[in-house]
Amino acid sequence: MLLVLLLAPLFTAFVRKVKARLLRRQGLSLIQPYRDLVRLMRKEVVLAESASWLFRIVPYLIFAATWVAASLVPTFRTGLLFSWSADLIAIIALIGSGRFFLALAGMDVGTSFGGIGSSREVMIASLAEPAMIMIVFTLALIAGSTQLSTIAAFMTSPAVGLRVSLGLALIALVMVAIAENGRIPIDNPATHLELTMVHEAMVLEYSGRHLALIELSTWLKLILYVSLIGCLFAPWGIESAGAALPTLAVGVAAYVGKLAIGGFLLALFETSIAKMRVFRVPEFLGAALMLGLLATLLRFVSGSF
Amino acid sequence: MPAIVDTIEGRRIEDHRPWPRLLVTQETWRKIADEIAAGRATLLGLWANAGELYVVHMAFVDQGSTTIAVVSLECPDKTFPSVGAVHPPAIRLERTVHSLYGLRPISAPDPRPWLDLGFWNVKYPLGSRAPASDVRPSYGFLPVEGESLHQIPVGPVHAGIIEPGHFRFTASGETVVRLEERLGYLHKGIETLMMGATVERATKLAARTSGDSTVAYGIAFAHAVESALQMKVPPRAQYLRALMAELERLANHFGDIGAICNDASFALMNAHCGILRELVLRAAAACFGHRLMMDRVVPGGVATDLRPDGLTLLKDALKQFRRRFPRLVELYDNTASLQDRTVSTGIVSGELAQQFGASGYVGRASGRDCDARKSPGYAPYDDLDFAVPVMTAGDVNARVWVRIREVEQSLALVEQIIERLPDGRVAIALNGGTGEGLGFAESFRGDVLVAVRVEGRRVARCHLRDPSWFQWPLLEAAIEGNIVADFPLCNKSFNCSYSGHDL
Repeated sequence: MLLVLLLAPLFTAFVRKVKARLLRRQGLSLIQPYRDLVRLMRKEVVLAESASWLFRIVPYLIFAATWVAASLVPTFRTGLLFSWSADLIAIIALIGSGRFFLALAGMDVGTSFGGIGSSREVMIASLAEPAMIMIVFTLALIAGSTQLSTIAAFMTSPAVGLRVSLGLALIALVMVAIAENGRIPIDNPATHLELTMVHEAMVLEYSGRHLALIELSTWLKLILYVSLIGCLFAPWGIESAGAALPTLAVGVAAYVGKLAIGGFLLALFETSIAKMRVFRVPEFLGAALMLGLLATLLRFVSGSF
Repeated sequence: MPAIVDTIEGRRIEDHRPWPRLLVTQETWRKIADEIAAGRATLLGLWANAGELYVVHMAFVDQGSTTIAVVSLECPDKTFPSVGAVHPPAIRLERTVHSLYGLRPISAPDPRPWLDLGFWNVKYPLGSRAPASDVRPSYGFLPVEGESLHQIPVGPVHAGIIEPGHFRFTASGETVVRLEERLGYLHKGIETLMMGATVERATKLAARTSGDSTVAYGIAFAHAVESALQMKVPPRAQYLRALMAELERLANHFGDIGAICNDASFALMNAHCGILRELVLRAAAACFGHRLMMDRVVPGGVATDLRPDGLTLLKDALKQFRRRFPRLVELYDNTASLQDRTVSTGIVSGELAQQFGASGYVGRASGRDCDARKSPGYAPYDDLDFAVPVMTAGDVNARVWVRIREVEQSLALVEQIIERLPDGRVAIALNGGTGEGLGFAESFRGDVLVAVRVEGRRVARCHLRDPSWFQWPLLEAAIEGNIVADFPLCNKSFNCSYSGHDL
């Protein structure tokens, strides 16, 4: 649980660094996000006069929800602290409620940018969430459970084989992950153009420790999705709860390797593509939804897919 | 068909060069406004000056014979017939004349101030200089009515490092219904500072009107002063000016092409174009001692000769551009996600570009074949071979392509200049004469117009008209019906000058 929290800023820094190197820039130091967090924590919070109590508690809510969701994803071993209580659907619900509160907070202050950001975010979410649910259905039907640990264990077993529905679900999940994390081509996390922002527009009014928490939640969400993809579709190296120390070390190494590959691919993809027009996003996510649906249907129609 | 200027009556001002200036009556002024509105002439500028009498001036170019002329109207009662009433492109120019001089355009469609944002401590700074009231008058944005419309105020301070300007969007969901600009945050009072300044000081002021086209402003100002004083510039100086102007164009176009792609979140292009831009700037610094070549063009010639090894440096740089640029063009053309953003975004119709007399890539991307280097034309471009690229689509993509083609033309021009650079002096001394002059130069953005009156080594008055005056209003038209999120892309493809417009 602590591991993801500590790794999240590093992972984001890694993606940024790879992107910078691909653009022939030096890039920021890998510990820069930690420095940013410390700096923001030290700064005072500037609140808009029109901000309500909701605006102040939202960062804590989002952070808590995302952190819990992130700690539900097995990284290098199964049998997590919370895995008795929650499954994939709970993760989606936690992230969804985090987003709901962020969208509310974006509109709370009453600036036009916050409103634009919230409306765009909700539009994206309304398409990304059904796609995500479809993916979960596919996985649950195949593995017979929505428990992540169970799915991961099933995926490593020889019973899986090569399945078309899994492939479709993987593509759909990657698309949803890109949209959910506001990466290019859906949103540009590095932009300074107010009018094109989605996520950044909602958090424009935040400052100080509130902003630090929101930033950290964003980074957590990114590592959550990469871990999720790793855990579901490349579950090698995830050890069962009682494994010995040396095997655990291998597990950790495998996890770090997975993150590095995921981060590198993300940076590569982001460098080679321009951002979409906002009204193209539904088409993009519609494709993810259809893929998810197709995967589920294939699974229903024929057990062997 | 005879030129308009030959058909009108007026007293010709003797020492105005190289084109005629006529002092006309209100009736003739109105007649010319009608000719411009009917499309038989294109408005080039509208400005005023205060002296014993207030005078308004209007420069225009004849559509058929491409003759340029200036007409002036004395305004003893501080009013003049509005040109904007029949020809919308003149509206902002007239509002500026009103805000700066207090001259009221009669029956003008828009009486609101322009450039004067209410922060000055005097009203009409070039006119009566009456103390301004303590209460800042509120500015009435154009009213909007309708269901589900919402307003988005943006600026004047923006999140990025760009110049200040206020944009008021009215949107229906994501679609922009109307954009209204409010500019003037960069008003420096250049016309006031120019009055009575020595020619040397005025040259520096002109070069600082818009920093990204400092060479073009330098050339336009030099042309105006040289016409006024009937000076003949040595050919080597003319070639060196052209060399600087083309280097400036290259640097700006490289920067812009990258920045447009960056606004579509395609940072790769920006990174590579940034390298090319940097190469140009370094070559400029090595050749002329200043990266942006500021203050290198002076009336009478150029301030610094090319460094002895400058030509070899430039040839090396050219080789780099020839090798790298085609690959970038290919990258731009082959990235489908990027094309998806730029094609059919922010269309400016050809009629509108023609009506506003938009110059530069904004006009040329909408089918307007115009270039101050060709018409009216100036040395040494009459001896050099180059084409003016024209596209008709009028969208962001077309503006990018016009820039790409212009880069290719500029590279060819630099090669020709290097080959033919004559020897000789690079400057002649100013004479202490008196006269009025009109000067043009093609900046990377479009044609810069400078009107100046010199009296014995001092500038009596000077007006600088940036190409952006006729491009900013087109941006309002281009964004209509597009989505809010595409505005940065459209804006960058125009890349109008704030500083040059705000004076």
